[in-house]
Amino acid sequence: MISLSQLADMAAKIAPMHVLLDSEGRISRVGPTLQKLRADQDWIGRPFLEVFDLLRPRYIQNLDDLLRTSGAKLHLKFRDDPQTGLKGVLAPLPGELGAFVNLSFGISVLDAVRDYDLTSADFSATDLTIEMLYLVEAKSAAMEASRQLNLRLQGAKIAAEEQAYTDTLTGLKNRRAMDHILERMISTGRNFSVMQVDLDFFKAVNDSLGHAAGDTVLQKVASIMVECTRSIDTVARVGGDEFVLIIDNLVDRAKLGDIAKRLICQLEEPIPYGGQLCRISGSIGTALSATGGQKNAAQLLKEADMALYAAKRAGRACHFFYQPGMESVDLNEEVDDPSTAAPVAAESNGSQTSGDA
Amino acid sequence: MHGLINRAIQAFVCSTYGVSRWRDVTDSAGLGFSEFEAMLIYTDEQSQKLLVAMEQVLERPLPEMLEDMGTFLVSNPQVEALRRLLRFGGVNYVEFLHSLDDLPDRARLAVADLHLPGLELLETAPGQFKLLCQSGLPGYANVMMGVLRAMADDYGDLVILEHSGTQDGAEVISVMLVETEFAEGRTFDLGVKLP
Repeated sequence: MISLSQLADMAAKIAPMHVLLDSEGRISRVGPTLQKLRADQDWIGRPFLEVFDLLRPRYIQNLDDLLRTSGAKLHLKFRDDPQTGLKGVLAPLPGELGAFVNLSFGISVLDAVRDYDLTSADFSATDLTIEMLYLVEAKSAAMEASRQLNLRLQGAKIAAEEQAYTDTLTGLKNRRAMDHILERMISTGRNFSVMQVDLDFFKAVNDSLGHAAGDTVLQKVASIMVECTRSIDTVARVGGDEFVLIIDNLVDRAKLGDIAKRLICQLEEPIPYGGQLCRISGSIGTALSATGGQKNAAQLLKEADMALYAAKRAGRACHFFYQPGMESVDLNEEVDDPSTAAPVAAESNGSQTSGDA
Repeated sequence: MHGLINRAIQAFVCSTYGVSRWRDVTDSAGLGFSEFEAMLIYTDEQSQKLLVAMEQVLERPLPEMLEDMGTFLVSNPQVEALRRLLRFGGVNYVEFLHSLDDLPDRARLAVADLHLPGLELLETAPGQFKLLCQSGLPGYANVMMGVLRAMADDYGDLVILEHSGTQDGAEVISVMLVETEFAEGRTFDLGVKLP
């Protein structure tokens, strides 16, 4: 038979977090790693249940209860700070000499290693703690690399989406983006206006000075439109020389008229290109979301288009609001009879603005 | 080849020679991109082209550069995580050497699709070792040489390392431990705040 002291010496190597209890339930020996967790504490002679708070099984009140747990998993924690959680297992010593309790950190090991400054030497050679710490770090590093990849893919996705919604020549939104925004604004039920802008004399610039000149003009036009609107508004290029402006939260005709007037005025500023001056203008038709209740996107765009058509009919550089009845002109467009268009233009004079003014 | 390995090469070249030289290398390799993703897989052909281009563009023998890369991987603060993972292998350099047998398994434990060729440590005499680096990854033994050298510094030990030919198709590195605790090594705490 080995003595208790010999047993404890062996256990120190194999189970460095063991505790030997005497027949009274008092601590008689403590393994070196456990000792390190409370380096200044005098362990010997203190009741086990006074040092540790036994969380599970819950019924344990005294030493007899404790001894009966033989072989079962124990959950405990230190009663004083830091209240590190521990797992344990107890085996009674033969001859009612007390008990052998072996403890380990369980899942609290990550904090414990930090809190108590533990090293490899504090763990038994067969203990998998070091491997677990290795795995936690390795997985964290791998996870971080994956996270970085996800972030970059996310960035690339946003850039690709951005590109899909951008007119590459002018940097304005494209038709697809405009459609989305229009749908969204309609579905949120807010007030806004749609301005359809068509450049006048743009074809002449393209034909006489070439496409490069045309591109320069379009870029200049884009910046003018952005300047004439607010950041909450949408400026989209929806065709060669066709633009749509969505003016958010504004259905006041006088203010919209001012915007259109300012826009036409600035479009008429000659645009220099290769020693030449390009002269263009713009015609604008506006439809309001608020008038006549709910309108869908196609309807609004059609109204803006009809107002634009009326503006074109009235001569260049005009701005018209849509008015019911413009549809009849649209029908007559096919016969291309200017005499039927003229009265409508005259009728709408009240809402007409001209860049020449 | 795993993106982690390609990414390691990228980190080494960018840090040692600069980003513009790295772009020269990837241009010369004709990859069509210059950023490797650590968690994607690339073809062996791409990695091979990369190594060839490195030698041409940077005008240094590849084995030399790969050895420097091994050192870089352990000693550069950018890749501190790797050094820590290696230090988990043992409390001293000899224990670390013995842990190298497990290195490919450890790597796979962390990243399931990262396959490193086998390593086998033979102790020929007290303080004298041979590390057998199995084939499968071109330049593996060169990189390991740099890693072994830097880890010796990390533990503060003085070692002499030498390429000593091949044995059964494996490249052999001989390691002679001259003095342990020759210098003060770098500290290693098990518990470090993870980022």
